[in-house]
Amino acid sequence: MDTAAAKRFSHPAEKIWSAVFFICGMIAIAFVLFITVFLIISGVPAIGKIGIVDFLFGTTWASTAAEPQYGILPFILTSVYGTFGAILIAVPIGLLCSIYLTKFASGRIAAVIQSAVELLAGIPSVVYGLVGMILIVPWVRETFHLPDGANLFSAIIVLSVMVLPNVISVSETALAAVPKEYEEGSLALGATYTETVFKVSVHAARSGIASAVVLGVGRAIGEAMAVMMVSGNVANMPGLFRSVRFLTTAIASEMSYSSGLQRQALFSIALVLFIFIMIITLLLNFVFKRKKD
Amino acid sequence: MGTIIEVKDLHLWYGQKEALKGINLDIQEHEITALIGPSGCGKSTFMKCLNRMNDLVKDCRITGSVKLNGIDIYKDMDVNMLRKNVGMVFQKANPFPMSIYDNVAYGPRVHGIKNKKQLDEIVEKSLRGAALWDECKDRLKTNALGMSGGQQQRLCIARAIAVEPAVLLMDESTSALDPISTAKIEELCLELKKKYTIVMVTHNMQQANRISDTTCFFLLGDLIEHGPTKQIFLNPKNPKTEEYITGRFG
Repeated sequence: MDTAAAKRFSHPAEKIWSAVFFICGMIAIAFVLFITVFLIISGVPAIGKIGIVDFLFGTTWASTAAEPQYGILPFILTSVYGTFGAILIAVPIGLLCSIYLTKFASGRIAAVIQSAVELLAGIPSVVYGLVGMILIVPWVRETFHLPDGANLFSAIIVLSVMVLPNVISVSETALAAVPKEYEEGSLALGATYTETVFKVSVHAARSGIASAVVLGVGRAIGEAMAVMMVSGNVANMPGLFRSVRFLTTAIASEMSYSSGLQRQALFSIALVLFIFIMIITLLLNFVFKRKKD
Repeated sequence: MGTIIEVKDLHLWYGQKEALKGINLDIQEHEITALIGPSGCGKSTFMKCLNRMNDLVKDCRITGSVKLNGIDIYKDMDVNMLRKNVGMVFQKANPFPMSIYDNVAYGPRVHGIKNKKQLDEIVEKSLRGAALWDECKDRLKTNALGMSGGQQQRLCIARAIAVEPAVLLMDESTSALDPISTAKIEELCLELKKKYTIVMVTHNMQQANRISDTTCFFLLGDLIEHGPTKQIFLNPKNPKTEEYITGRFG
């Protein structure tokens, strides 16, 4: 503690409060550390027994077979494809929506849309799953003449709707923070308003928009409940119209009855998911840091 | 030399408030016209009528006519075309958060020039025109926001002249700069008026006196007096003009 801070905390009550704050801060760190250590301790043994290559790149997951196989490549690819697909749909729509909200909509319409977006963000994921099950799955089955509509495609649609509010609100904040002077400068050069918005405003807000995308990725990859209800939950290698299982749903669907190596392998899946989320968070920090520079 | 901008009976209202009360003024080609007057007198508002930046202001209503080379800019000219012909440099330097090159090339690109070689030429010519080329030719790809305030303002001038306007509007463009940067921009203005017509709003009487050819004195939305700068400063006809330029109010 430097001298100024030491002086500030010289009073006994101040000392107690500063200890309370310190403990609260430590609790947050403790949980992160605890989860990390827990996941590593419980996730690593199964990887060791199965072999890291067989585990990460094995294409067959048959945890309850007589000769069990624990390849999670189908889950990894499903999570990657599913997230990528959802982002591919949600980012263009979300970005254009946030441009509309900040640059084109009148105050009253913008307020209505904004509260709708907030509401969308607050809906529990099981409700998304329910709506997906009842509306999207049958629609996909009939439109594409499939025996079953619960597949990767349905999951992507549901995920993209879930990610949309995150993308909208973060890029909206970024776009609203673009100084008016930039836009005036562009208009004064004879650019049209639309040109100005796309070439100057979006350009100036690009790091904020990038973090919107990364946040969306984080939300999509971590989602379990809704995708479980609409993806068919079968451990296939992913295909757009095949029933699939995500990293999250692989854990959720077997945990209740698993035992032995199967149970340990589920912890290993959790570890892989955790590493994915870590990478995304680091990426997000990197984006924010670049923004400050 | 002839008249390039012809303003007739220009009235402007912001909501109920009449901000310009019937302005008549001819602006001469290849001259520097200085608009002076106390804050809120309408000089900036008047200038923004010349490139229709007032269109952005809500509840702004304009009557009368402004003609650029004989064409009514409110009736017979596309607003984007007008702004290509009447460029503007703002009070606060506002380069885009892009490279120096992209800043200058922005206007030409918007107006349809895609050829790399042609853009290179325009960028060099414009930066030379703004007396900035030697200072930044080795770092054209670096972010413009890393330049000093004076350099940023000259970059904004380069960006404005890159689309080859006929008229350049300068809204107190040196008020945020140090005396050396200000002197550089004043020097630049004297150079630029050979090719362009300059209309500047300034609060700096010495500046108006030093570099302008014509001075217009605004007060409470009226154009009180206008004429050759020498005459306005040495021998003003209206007592209010004299009071203002000698610093007795404003």
